[in-house]
Amino acid sequence: MIRRITGAGMFGLAVLWMFPLLWALWTSFRPREHATSWSFSLDFTFDNYAKVWDAAPFAQYYLNTFLIVIGVLMAQIITATLAAYAFAKLRFWGRDVLFILFLVQIMVPADILIFPNYNVLRDLSLLDTKIGIMLPYFASAFGVFLLRQTFKTIPHELEEAARMEGCNWFQILWRVYVPLARPTYIAFGLVSVSYHWNNFMWPLIITNSVENRPLTVGLAIFAQSFETGAQWAEVSAATMMVIFPLLLAFLMFQRQFINSFIHSGGK
Amino acid sequence: MEAQRAKWKVNMYAWLLLLPSLIFLLLFTFYPVLQTIILSFHQADLGSPEPFFNGVDNYKLMLEDDVFWKVLSNNIWFALGTVPTSTALALGMALFANKVLRGKGFVRTAYFYPTIVPMIAVANIWLFIYTPEYGALSHVMEWFGKGDMNWLGDQTYVMWAMIFMVIWKEAGYFMIFYLAGLQNISQELYESAAMEGASSWTVFRRVTFPLLMPTTMFVSIIAFTNSFKLVDHLVIMTKGGPDNASNLLLYYIYETAFSFWDQGMASALTIVMVVLLLAVAAIQFFSLDKKIHYN
Repeated sequence: MIRRITGAGMFGLAVLWMFPLLWALWTSFRPREHATSWSFSLDFTFDNYAKVWDAAPFAQYYLNTFLIVIGVLMAQIITATLAAYAFAKLRFWGRDVLFILFLVQIMVPADILIFPNYNVLRDLSLLDTKIGIMLPYFASAFGVFLLRQTFKTIPHELEEAARMEGCNWFQILWRVYVPLARPTYIAFGLVSVSYHWNNFMWPLIITNSVENRPLTVGLAIFAQSFETGAQWAEVSAATMMVIFPLLLAFLMFQRQFINSFIHSGGK
Repeated sequence: MEAQRAKWKVNMYAWLLLLPSLIFLLLFTFYPVLQTIILSFHQADLGSPEPFFNGVDNYKLMLEDDVFWKVLSNNIWFALGTVPTSTALALGMALFANKVLRGKGFVRTAYFYPTIVPMIAVANIWLFIYTPEYGALSHVMEWFGKGDMNWLGDQTYVMWAMIFMVIWKEAGYFMIFYLAGLQNISQELYESAAMEGASSWTVFRRVTFPLLMPTTMFVSIIAFTNSFKLVDHLVIMTKGGPDNASNLLLYYIYETAFSFWDQGMASALTIVMVVLLLAVAAIQFFSLDKKIHYN
């Protein structure tokens, strides 16, 4: 009996959790004059999306976000793979100290260093550039730890065998370690992509032009250009446009998505 | 001699592999922190075009600043409101999502999806939920005759509104860690508990909960750090108001640096933040078994 009640309660919670998304989705298709009322009717329209698309350069924002997300991911994969291999397989002078230095980045993430890093970018004359948004994230201690974990489980014999066949260190890394760590790369990739797709404060501070602004900042500027609730339907449409690509990817690959997060989180 | 050379080669090789990461780590973590420490001992605001050394004045002013204490205590309440609740809820979600038979996919999706929604989008949606008169919550409260509550405009309610929203946003993420933890618990333990006829509450109390303890500690640390990192929503929803009732430390740093342009003070505040997070990290590092997560 108790089990029944908690079961129903947890289902109720799931429905409650879905509500904000479904409500925003519903509002985004409502004609403007019905957006704020709860009276039920079957009027739906695509007008809001059309208006939003015309009112703000969302195509440019999509492109910017896309470039930033891909650029960060590529750089992180390269730097993290190299560092993870060194930490996992080599004994060298200063290893423990370096490991702690890497740990510090997890404890003091770039998110809280917005003001100091603004000054660094200013000194490098990289304010209001896409590369400036990306640079602070090019080294990912989280990625290094995740990959180090995986590389450690790969038996040394495989590396020896590859060396016997005349592979150099790069080929060993590329042909032995990287393919065997694929699930970890996927897990890290998903975490990184959703993080940078959603990142807001940092790009807000350093960008100043349409050419460099990511979707999140574009959305905030669009939403703040209205004072009253009269444009709810349009703001909802803009919000859905920002959420949609990641959400779609999530719904399509739900199992892999959650398993990847379990994989990366369980370590 | 030969061994010496081989050793030297490995050293050089390892450092070269680490170099790319190290450059960015030094440039965007260690150098900025160092610069900030120095700047925090300088007066550098709109009134002083050339920063000059002023000792611990910034820190003194900070300790006398009512707003600083306000945002610090807000942040502590925010942490107290979000950390235990979202951790406990995440555990409940994981236990349920782990064994529910029908609708498993729906339940997991419903709990988890807020994780991948940008905080800024969350803020837009919840702003509409909390809006007086027209908002979703007001429509519901109207059934109780209290539809005119201004959740974000009221000093007492605004923090509750934020806390609830953040629990919604992050509980599903923490659920994932618990789902991973649950998979590591041996099935045999449950079988032998069932043989002895233990009730499900006893099994939870004696087996599941203790074995998930490392996950619980890990999740609460992330939740605590998050409570200091999450401020995006303030830009959209309240700007820290009314009268700093919802202001948090990182948002105050943002205001101090980029609205008031007081760089010395922004530096001092950043140092407080860094020390705070490092202290939490030290607690984690020394008191909990670090082996579980980093080895």
